[in-house]
Amino acid sequence: MMSNNGVNFAPFWHNGPAPGSFYNFPQNNIKSNSAIDEYGFQRNGGPITTGTSIVGVKYDKGVIIAGDKLVSYGNLARYHNVDRVFKINENIILGMSGDYADFQFIKQYIDEIILSDFSADDRIVLKPKDLYTWLTRVLYNRRSRFNPLWLDMVVGGMQGEEPFLGHINIRGRSYTNDVISTGYGTHLALPLLREYSEKGPLNEETAQQLIQKSMEVLFYRDCRGYPKYSQANINANGVTVSDHEVKQNWDLALSIKGY
Amino acid sequence: MLGINQFPEYQVPGAVQHQFNPYENNGGSIVAIAGDNFAVIGADTRLSAGYNIFTRNHSKLFQLTSSAVLASCGNWCDSDTLTSILQTRVRQYSDTHENKEISLNAIAQLLSTMMYGRRFFPYYVSNILAGIYEGKGYVYSYDPIGHCERHTYRAGGSSSALLQPILDNQIGLKNMEEKPTIPLTVDRAVKLVTDTFISAAERDIYTGDGVKISIITENGVEERQIPLRKD
Amino acid sequence: MFRNQYDSDVTVWSPQGRIHQVEYAMEAVKLGSATVGLKSKDYAVLIALKRATSELSAHQQKILRIDDHIGISMAGITADARVLCRYMRQECINHKYSYGRNHPVGRLINLLGLKMQTCPSANFYDCKAMAIGARSQSARTYLEKHLNEFKDCNLSDLINHGVRAFAGTLPNETKLNNKNLSICVVGKNYKFHCLDETELEKYITAEIVGTQPTSSASDSSEVGVGRTERHGEEQPPTLNPQDPTPAEPATEDRRMQ
Repeated sequence: MMSNNGVNFAPFWHNGPAPGSFYNFPQNNIKSNSAIDEYGFQRNGGPITTGTSIVGVKYDKGVIIAGDKLVSYGNLARYHNVDRVFKINENIILGMSGDYADFQFIKQYIDEIILSDFSADDRIVLKPKDLYTWLTRVLYNRRSRFNPLWLDMVVGGMQGEEPFLGHINIRGRSYTNDVISTGYGTHLALPLLREYSEKGPLNEETAQQLIQKSMEVLFYRDCRGYPKYSQANINANGVTVSDHEVKQNWDLALSIKGY
Repeated sequence: MLGINQFPEYQVPGAVQHQFNPYENNGGSIVAIAGDNFAVIGADTRLSAGYNIFTRNHSKLFQLTSSAVLASCGNWCDSDTLTSILQTRVRQYSDTHENKEISLNAIAQLLSTMMYGRRFFPYYVSNILAGIYEGKGYVYSYDPIGHCERHTYRAGGSSSALLQPILDNQIGLKNMEEKPTIPLTVDRAVKLVTDTFISAAERDIYTGDGVKISIITENGVEERQIPLRKD
Repeated sequence: MFRNQYDSDVTVWSPQGRIHQVEYAMEAVKLGSATVGLKSKDYAVLIALKRATSELSAHQQKILRIDDHIGISMAGITADARVLCRYMRQECINHKYSYGRNHPVGRLINLLGLKMQTCPSANFYDCKAMAIGARSQSARTYLEKHLNEFKDCNLSDLINHGVRAFAGTLPNETKLNNKNLSICVVGKNYKFHCLDETELEKYITAEIVGTQPTSSASDSSEVGVGRTERHGEEQPPTLNPQDPTPAEPATEDRRMQ
């Protein structure tokens, strides 16, 4: 918009409204998309406070999901100690990436289901596949109304005796797999995880090590990464959610010269 | 009166604008062949988007009745929704018709109506329905807004343009100087479907990993799975 | 029927604390042909007598499939039951669409009890076995007597028990045949379905011959008791005084009594 022979000149006045005008936030302007000007409006704004990658691994007797503890505001590392991996009930763990406000909104409804299960007092509880299907439906309906929940979620848990791991994205596109990742993890962590998982079922120890390695790679390479991460592990013995930290080593930095 | 339209958008170079696109191309190819008294339908098992492969073992085949199988690919969330609604409708049919199973041609029409119902926000999917009706093999194919057509063979999905000419040649005996007379048996149909998918996996990055084949005969549905290249 | 000034509406209580309209409706249920339900640890069976309103008409369905894991059997006004059936089918379909699993039976009945009704009084019971409809008392007596055998029965023995209990409720002139009998089964890894005519024939013959379910072989005195032709004065099978009375009542949990 400001290109002039390929050179960008900074506008005379920016980072605010034109003198004498009202301030108008980005993407709030209906007029920006002229095709829909006369006929309606678009409600999507895009994500605001976001969490980055989630990594999930299924092993022979359970599932591990991990995600770092950072919630960003654009390029700003805004909230430093936020859980993005949750225990939903004794059978389900859930990791979120995408818009954190959208997640908090949907989490209320998930908790409501868990509460009504408890209130029914009939020992029938939500299983991971039930939650996975439900989230798929909710996100699909929202995308179909052009008012999406900006979320990429990983559901894990025990479906009876069997471990379960599924992924739902913003459009309600869902699938299950042995290893799953969202965001930059699909490029950085998945190749590593697949190299091991495609040889056969992992055991808990290997899964644990893979998660640790993935989180390390993600911290070093993802700009929105963070050394502190939480991880949920579920198997027949129940759920454990624990905090971890990537062991950083910047010795290498000393040898980088010439800039 | 001043409305929000009067204010110019506040934009800075470099600020990322997110535009929400409700569609996503998840790839996948499907092929079906109708024989005299059977139908064969196959779909690859890869789910991908762009250069990402989400999973290598993902079934795009949906058995609707004992004599009808639907293959659906394209925008997976639409396929997922469409097929589960369709399965519901198939169930409701038997509920309201004294447990009678819905026939293949009725499903064919129902699917068309359901898809046209979303004419102005289509299910972005490629569907092929195969099965037997009154002992004969049938294949129906659809476009995303519900156009339904009957064929003896059909390819759909990301490799449809690669696969259809192979089928034209091998089954339709098109573009040939000397036409051989090879009868179309179940065995040959299955081999043809397998070969088309092997060819597709060589050329199309959205097709691969494996192929699931359903063989529909008077005796019901038999499923087979054949591995494909995984790159 | 006596005249009663407190039965003009469902909202009117009698001084004795009763709602007569509801009680009349409960009586109406007893006019419907009988239906029996019983379960083992792996299977649940519903048995009912289908009526044809005339020689010209087909037999009315008495057992309706709700979902792969649920079916209902009714006594009373068929049209009302069909309304309830449609509601339950819809609930099950919606549940499967949203959660990808079958609607838990207990939750469905709870919904039905809250929103509509399970019986005119809206009470519902979790039963080991139950019979409702015309002359169902004789079936209940049979069920109570054999209650402890059901748990470990195999499927055909369970159905045999059901048919025997059911045979006691038949009207005098009625004979069981594969047109008027309806047997439906649901169980572990076994979707709800109704037996076809040849299967029905098998159980009808077994009932007429008086074949004993294998698990109750000791009870040989009962042979032939449940045959289909029954005269008005003939009593339904009664509890043998030597037999131990069933340890538990037929209903496990009377939540909303």
